Amino acid sequence: MSTSREITYAEAIREAMSEEMRKSDDVFLMGEDVGIYGGAFGVSVGMIDEFGEERVRDTPISAAVIVGAAAQHSSSMEAWYTHVPGLKVVIPSTPYDAKGLLKSAIADDNPVVFLEQKLLYRVKGVVPEEEYTIPLSKSDVKREGSDVTVITWGRMVNRCLEVAEELAKEGIELEVVDPRTLMPLDEEPLVASARKTGRVLIVHEAVQTGGYGGEIAARIADSDAFYYLDAPIKRLGRWTFPCPTIPCWRPMWSPPLRRSPPPCEISCNNRRRNRWRHLSSCPRPEWQWKPAR
Amino acid sequence: MAGKTSSKAKKSGGRPSDALTPQQLKDMYTKMNHIRAFEEKVAYFFSRGMVHGTTHLYVGEEGTAVGALAPLSDKDLITSTLRGHGHTIAKGIDLNRMMAELLGRTNGYCKGKGGSMHIADLSRGNLGANGIVGGGIPIAAGAALTLKMHKQDQVVVSFFGDGALNEGSFHESLNLASVWDLPVVFMCENNQYGMSMSRHKSINIEDLSDRAKAYGIPGTSIDGQNVFEVYDAMIDAIDHAKKTGPVLLVSETYRYMGHSKSDANRYRTKEEINEWKQRDPIAILRAEMLARNAVDEQELDAIEKQTREDIEVAVRFAEEAGEPDLDDIINDVYA
Repeated sequence: MSTSREITYAEAIREAMSEEMRKSDDVFLMGEDVGIYGGAFGVSVGMIDEFGEERVRDTPISAAVIVGAAAQHSSSMEAWYTHVPGLKVVIPSTPYDAKGLLKSAIADDNPVVFLEQKLLYRVKGVVPEEEYTIPLSKSDVKREGSDVTVITWGRMVNRCLEVAEELAKEGIELEVVDPRTLMPLDEEPLVASARKTGRVLIVHEAVQTGGYGGEIAARIADSDAFYYLDAPIKRLGRWTFPCPTIPCWRPMWSPPLRRSPPPCEISCNNRRRNRWRHLSSCPRPEWQWKPAR
Repeated sequence: MAGKTSSKAKKSGGRPSDALTPQQLKDMYTKMNHIRAFEEKVAYFFSRGMVHGTTHLYVGEEGTAVGALAPLSDKDLITSTLRGHGHTIAKGIDLNRMMAELLGRTNGYCKGKGGSMHIADLSRGNLGANGIVGGGIPIAAGAALTLKMHKQDQVVVSFFGDGALNEGSFHESLNLASVWDLPVVFMCENNQYGMSMSRHKSINIEDLSDRAKAYGIPGTSIDGQNVFEVYDAMIDAIDHAKKTGPVLLVSETYRYMGHSKSDANRYRTKEEINEWKQRDPIAILRAEMLARNAVDEQELDAIEKQTREDIEVAVRFAEEAGEPDLDDIINDVYA
């Protein structure tokens, strides 16, 4: 009998690291403040007690350009890494995915950039007690729906699922697909979903301009799903500005998912409305959505 | 001044290089001649448009690679640079497959896909050349950390040029290696120029090995044209690296040819180049071998002739294979 419990994203990552370190002496943890401090966000708390400071190594501030820039400016850098041939890029959205994917990433022979989002660390989710892994490069349909395909990853997955529940009350069913691994991308489930719904919205927390959403949009447009599309492919990312610190601007930090109209209406607002029979209850957009420039 | 070195490493009494056997000396002579013959062949092929991309030649610096790597075993590791042919040959390599790689043939080390700056041979401890200035230094520190964690009695030698001394990766790596006492020898090849930038204009210290002081590790400048001085310094450095921690060596040397094949040599004079050629590392080794009566002139000439023939064999080996298939370009991106 499998048993499950709820743990946080941070705990899931700690479990994955600890389990792999127990299995192999070749696995170790190295980073800034991962030791006694327990990681800047408490992810590696207690690991130094079990594995000692040889295998849980505090480093001087190093690789400052990449890690430091990402952390201090609270940016989402995934598109940068996907641009480098030879790197794998993983960005899990749930504690379950984080644990299973991190174990596969550790076992992989290639360099893997594993992106944890600090705002996810405290999010809880169901994780089995038993050992399991999730293969890299396997997209996951997080919610089935017939009307609009929403492709999203990282922290935006949960937010899109929340929106999906709200819209379901209005009779609009979103299909939320999480690629989980951005490179190499498991493209077929995304294309299949686009074929099924005919409408695609890509949501990411990263700045929209030059974001990975553009890559996914292009791949769907290049595929045979193009002939099934009822509306232009839409992207929703953060607008192009540096991360604000003043609280009143914080809502602008993330993509304007909660602002009127919700993203599915953006996708609804298309020329071939006649094919949207089942979306007749969708309210007319009163607010003209402007893409970020 | 050309050839000016500080020789803190020199001590009175017997040095390890005094005990080199005739066979060891012949091996060193062979490798230095292999490097020069290989590079001259590559220069010729490049001028004929048969070597693509760019290429950086090691002619003039042979004493550093051969002297530094002679004390190493296959189990010891190196990281190399964009000017990496010399290190690769000195560490031991299949010259045939190396030439094939430069000529872009499928029987090359990277199936002809990598070219001049991407040859690695893990079976001989060569972690690879690196097209990024200073790119190999953190890899060397990482490899040394692996050796230390596995408690292996090996050492890593990381080559880089004077230009890399001003890169962040140099400072980050030396800092990390010094606080963790990693078994790594940082070997700076000061060939006096980072491309066209004289090191006198890019670094505000005279003796580059002074940089070691900032990390609390030993630093020594040596005469890179004298393979014996390099060899002796390396023996000491390896010993220190294994027992205590990292060492910085700065080998004062000179490249006879341009930085890369696009270099018109406008930033230095013919006189300067000729002055350095007076202290040619191969000639210095040859003279010393004769002085020690280790070999006679005929034997040395025979070695030289054989090394040139070996390069011709490598060229013929490369020409037996074709260029990689276009469809193969998307393969080997991931391990």
